[in-house]
Amino acid sequence: MKQACSTTEAGLIARILAGEKEQFHELIRPFERMVYLTLISVLKNETDAEDAAQETVISAYRHLASFRGDAKFSTWLTTIAINEGRKRLRKAKGAAEESIEELGEDHSGDFTPAPLTDWREIPLEALERKELREALRSAVTELPGIYRQVFILRDVEGLNIEETAEALGINRGAVKVRLHRARMKLQKRLAPSLKTVAPARRRFFGLFGRAL
Amino acid sequence: MNLDCKHVWEHISGYIDDTVDAELRKDIERHLEHCEICSAVLDSTRNILILTADDRTFELPVGYSERLHERLAEEIEKSKQEPLASGLE
Repeated sequence: MKQACSTTEAGLIARILAGEKEQFHELIRPFERMVYLTLISVLKNETDAEDAAQETVISAYRHLASFRGDAKFSTWLTTIAINEGRKRLRKAKGAAEESIEELGEDHSGDFTPAPLTDWREIPLEALERKELREALRSAVTELPGIYRQVFILRDVEGLNIEETAEALGINRGAVKVRLHRARMKLQKRLAPSLKTVAPARRRFFGLFGRAL
Repeated sequence: MNLDCKHVWEHISGYIDDTVDAELRKDIERHLEHCEICSAVLDSTRNILILTADDRTFELPVGYSERLHERLAEEIEKSKQEPLASGLE
């Protein structure tokens, strides 16, 4: 049988609510990165994201008593972060623009990837290149909001489909569709630029093989 | 079933996440065995995901954590006089 340990998430929450308020620092530490990334997925700008991340953490602290143990703490926190981000977005742009709704959903249908056979053969050093990470970062930033949010929650933060759906308030099908479109947009955008990073080099197998 | 390339592209993401059903998966694999283009699309998409998962791609601003905990410490100090509220507004 498992013993309830005071350092586990549930144990920490109980202690904080019982008055050991300082423990909130420890509770939040493993999720700091996640909160920031969630906000950068909504707000794009680093300063705004950091500011909103602080607000999110403060809000989570103030409302910890309303957290129900049947949900995951990380999901609860992500939901607060998303709401904080959206609130700021509305303030900044007026509710008419971008993202929150289905607006911007790309129903244009057919996707044609960048059919470059070069890129699968890029050498390992190329993946280590800073330029490549920068190119990816800016390509992600330029994705339409609804795709960027799903992509960051799923592929950067590693939330599963269910958690992503819950945090964004959309269904699982929408998560899958948006994720697919986000990934394909990135593939299309990045594959050509990789050509200049990685000179074509013939090899028999892709870097990570097909069995990955 | 013989899939065409377009059909494979539609399922690349599901294939990577292993959310396609077994039969479709087999069809995709059969197609990939002989299609250089689709294999390249799959590999390049995977490479993007590997880069994405690299912590250096999406870095936190320098000093982010320190500033966050500083702000939190102030809030905790402030709240010591009052009980934690329940319920989100």
